[in-house]
Order: sequence, then C-alpha cells, then structure tokens
Amino acid sequence: MRDIFSVAVLLSTIRVATPLILAALGGMFSERSGVINIALEGKMLAGAFTAAAVTYAADEKLHMGSASPWIGLLAAIAAGVFIAAIYAVACIRFKADQVVSGAAINILMFGLPGLLSGAFFLSSGSTPQIPKEHLIPWTPIVIAFGAVLLSWYVMYRTPFGLRLRSVGEKPEAADAAGVSVNHIRYSGVLIAGVLAGIGGAYLSIGQSSLYSRNMTAGRGFIALAALIFGKWKPVQTMLACLLFGFTEAVSYVLPGLVKLPSGNDIPVQFIQMVPYVLTIVVLAGFIGSSRPPKALGIPYQKEK
Amino acid sequence: MKNLLKELLFPLIAVIAAFVVGGILILLVGDNPITAYRLLLGSALSWPDGIGYTLFHATPLIFTGLAVLVGFRCGLFNIGAEGQLYVAAFATAWVGITFANLPAVLLVPMCCVAAILMGAFWAAIPGVLKAKFGSHEVINTIMLNFIAVALVSYFTQYHYKVPGDPILQSAPIGWGAHIARLGKFVPGLPQRIPLNLAFLLALLCCLLVYLFLWRTKWGYEIRSTGSNPSAAEYGGISIGKQIVIAMAVSGALAGMVGINDVMGYRYRYYDGFSDQYGFTGIAVALLGRNHPVGVILAALLFAVLQHGGIYVDGFSEHVTKDIVQVLQGIIILFVAAEAFFKYMSGKLRIKSPGKV
Repeated sequence: MRDIFSVAVLLSTIRVATPLILAALGGMFSERSGVINIALEGKMLAGAFTAAAVTYAADEKLHMGSASPWIGLLAAIAAGVFIAAIYAVACIRFKADQVVSGAAINILMFGLPGLLSGAFFLSSGSTPQIPKEHLIPWTPIVIAFGAVLLSWYVMYRTPFGLRLRSVGEKPEAADAAGVSVNHIRYSGVLIAGVLAGIGGAYLSIGQSSLYSRNMTAGRGFIALAALIFGKWKPVQTMLACLLFGFTEAVSYVLPGLVKLPSGNDIPVQFIQMVPYVLTIVVLAGFIGSSRPPKALGIPYQKEK
Repeated sequence: MKNLLKELLFPLIAVIAAFVVGGILILLVGDNPITAYRLLLGSALSWPDGIGYTLFHATPLIFTGLAVLVGFRCGLFNIGAEGQLYVAAFATAWVGITFANLPAVLLVPMCCVAAILMGAFWAAIPGVLKAKFGSHEVINTIMLNFIAVALVSYFTQYHYKVPGDPILQSAPIGWGAHIARLGKFVPGLPQRIPLNLAFLLALLCCLLVYLFLWRTKWGYEIRSTGSNPSAAEYGGISIGKQIVIAMAVSGALAGMVGINDVMGYRYRYYDGFSDQYGFTGIAVALLGRNHPVGVILAALLFAVLQHGGIYVDGFSEHVTKDIVQVLQGIIILFVAAEAFFKYMSGKLRIKSPGKV
C-alpha cells in the first residue's frame, strides 16, 4: 500500500493531470457560457501536433535553440484558437448543433495531423524527435495550476465571470441586462481553444518529445468527464483531474504490487474504467448531483 | 419528386464544398487534387475488387448510420455506436466459441441474436439513465464507449485468447457460426473478398427501419417524441419509454456490425477491429438526411472513400489516407451548419440582381 502513495506516484499523478486540468478548465469556460464542448479532444490534438511540428521546425530549420519550444507553445495556442474559432462560428453564428459540430471537429482532427505530417515530415502520422534540451517539461504544469487560481478569480470575482455564468444559465436575462450573449460565448469557446491547445502542447513537447498519431488517446474526453465530475467549478474540476490522474498513475505501478485474493494482478483495464464509471454515476445523481448550466447546448436566438 | 430533389441537393452541396476545401488542403501539402481524387474515387469502380470491397466497407456503415438515425428520430444523439458494436461483436464471438460444436442451423441465429441483444443492452443503459435521471445521453454514451473498449479488451486478453497468441484476438469461432461470403453466389466475385451475407442483412435493416419508424405505432411514438416531446407527452406518449426503446433499437442496429466482422470476415473477435465505424455512422446519418435510403447512399460514399484511401496512401506522393477523415469531418461540419449555405446563397442573390 505504501508504494501506491509514493513520491513517484505523486509526480506521475501531477504529470498525467496537467493536460486534463488545462483542457477541463477550457471546457469549463465554454460550457459555463452555454456551449457544449465535446471537441476538447480535437483541440488537444491540434495543440499537440502544432507544438511538436513548430518546435521541430524552429529548432532544426531556423536554429532558434532554446526559444523554439516557446514558439511551439504559442503556435499550439494559435492552433487551438483556430479550431475553436471554426467551432464557435459554426455553433454561435450559424447555430449548428453543438454536439454534431464537436464530433465533426474531432473526426477532422483525427485526420489532419496525419495528412500534414505525411506531407511535411514524410512520415505516417508522427513528427521527428525534438532534442531533450528543447522541451518544456515544467512550464505547462505551472500554467495549469496557475490557471486554476486564475479561472476561479475570473469566474467568481470579475464582471466577465458573472456575465459568463449568467449567459450560460439565463441568456434572455443577460441579454435584457445589456450583455451580448454571442460575444461572451465566443470568448468562452476561444478560451477553451487556448487552454486545450496548451494541454495538447504539454503532451508533445512537455511529456514526450514528438507528436505521435492520436497521442491524446481520449484525454479530451477524460477532461470532459472531470469537468462534469467537478460540477463545472474550477477547484473541484482540478481535484477531479487529480483523482483521474491518480488512477492512471496507479495503473502504471499496480501490476505486481497489489494482488487479487486469487493471486492474480488487478487487470489494468478495470483501473482505466474508473473515471468513466464515476462520471456516469455522478451525472445520474447517485453521489451528490452534478447539474449542467441551464442553457447548455441551446443556441441563443435574440428576440426581435 | 421535387421534394426528393430538394432533399438530395443540400447533402450534395455539402459534399462538393467539402471536396473543394479538401482539394485546397491537398494543394497545400503539395499534390495535385485531381490526381488524388481520381485515386480516391476511381479505385472503387473496378470489378470485382473495387466494388466488392466498397460494398464490404459500406456494410458496417449502413448499420451504424441506421443506429444513429433511429436515435436522432427520437431526439437522441447516440454517439456510442462504437462501444455498442464492440460489446456486441465480442458477445457474437463468445457464443461462437462457447457453443462451437452446434450445427449452423442453431449457431448462426444464436450468434446473431447475441449481437443484437448485447448491442441493445449496452445502448439501453444510457437510455434508462436519461429516462430515469435525466442525465445527458451524449456524455453517457461517450463514457460507455471507453468502458466497452476496456471491458472487451479485458475479456479477450484474460479469458478468450489462445495462449501464446501475440495478437489481442479471441480464439476462432466454430465452423457452424460462419456465414457465407457473397462470392459463393455471385459469379466472378472471388471468395477472398470478405463481402458477406451481412451486407444483405444491412439492406434488409434499411427496409425494416423504414417500416418500423413510419408504419408502426411504436415508430410513430418515437418520432413524435423526437419532433415535439411536450406535445407527445400531452398526447399520452410516455417519453421515458420511447427513449429506452429508441436507444435499444439503435444499439441493436449498431450491434449487427459484429455479425459482419465476426461471422462473415475474421471468424473471431479481433480487438480494436472497428475503423471508427460508430463515429462515421454519425456522418452517414446526417448526410443521409436521417432517412434509410439516404443512409445507403451516404454509406456507399464513405465506403468508396475508405477503400480509395488505401490507394491514395500507396500511389500519391504526399497525401495520405488521412484525407478521408478530413473530408468526413468537413462534410459533417457543413451539414451541421446548414444555415451557412442559406447565408451564402442569400449573399449571392443580393450580388446578382435580376435573378430571383
């Protein structure tokens, strides 16, 4: 039991939780403004691929040295925002179904990195290795935990946060009070692009040293699960991400450590299921209740 | 007739628009779009390989497209066809392995029923959760996809693998559970092409779904729930019941993918066999305007792309088969943002006075 609560597992928990926290906080800004965000996965993929590709190009081709991962990070943010902007225009301007558009963005981003890396790096879906000294393993972790505090402040202590929450709950009332529903929703979705982009960048130029095909492996959906588990609130969402990160970190050390009464290892698949099962249970209201913002998923039609 | 043309026109515009955007991307990566598209679309026309494989690829997409369609008609978004088809395929293989010695007369129907029931069961879970607790089926089906994948991978790895097999796949199913490949009946179609009886089952399901939704009381109640839930409830329809029934029917259809893959193609359960069939089903249903005939047409289009993708990978310099996913994503985006085209056509109309 002692080995489960070791420093190694703690560090690994933080590393696993970092991209989840970033993406989930992004999702929070989008969903609290009333726009469903099942496209977090796609935005993370965009961030991860762009970060690795641009860092590699800046390092290899432009010889920018230690500045290259920072350029990669900025490019990842730009990519996240670009994808978020397409999503925002479709959902807000053209009132497209949010879940359908989100699914479209995810499918698109499954393919696009492969297409681009095939063209630019002549590889099937991955980017070349980036030298170890040009990675940023710590900065995104700091950004992630900093973003939790900042999000809490913005959400509960600023006029913008108040407007964001009111637009997600009662857009008609916010509109009547002179708040532009669409502007706030655009901001919410674009903030999601920024944060999910950073989350994706951490996967490719923080945790590893290249982009590999479909490297998010469902993390955008775990982030979505954490957001629901954390009841759409910043601190709780962070705790949910840490919990889900912990279950994954434990699954790395568990084999050989804890045995079932039969003497076999606990199958890793059962630990992988934990976040998803917990989310279903919480959403159904079995343990506390998790209530989504009232106007979530409904395009706003201004009264004429 | 005019109505039919109108229904066809919009998806056609969406597809053409997606190909234009895709063409620009192909230009950007340094290839000739016309050459790439010729490979992508042209390779499906050859006989027997092109046509045989295209129809084979279309089979699972018809099933998942119908699954998503039934959900949509009830106002539900079943984004979980992927998970449903995995558990169903595993259940099919489980029956095929466990009762391997039974004759085909018994084993074929038993395996089919296993696929249908398991798919229906897995989809009914989010249905019940929505009906009872009001929790959103989109989130629950996404979560259940991951649970399904982990669960079947566990059973395959720990209980149903041939010891020592390096591939994560189950033991083979009994001979009695195999269904015939169409090459057996169609002259000129070699049996190495895995197109099998499940394709005919898929076409039959299109007819059955049509009859179910538009010619039965159950279907009427499901569609009323989808188009106007409060009016349906006022009219005495139990919304919760319709949600569970629609999800179960949807899951049963997705589950039939297991029949195609396990009984007609691989003759075992192969972990991770689905090439995103469940998600492509969303594109198929949307592009097919949520109508069974539209589903067949859209499934054929995506099957052509899927088959052509292999040729693009092999014969073009830069473009990879990822272009298929990219086109699919853009098509859905365009279909979803229907208002975009209305907006564009409105703009064009203003620019060219004289025309109405």
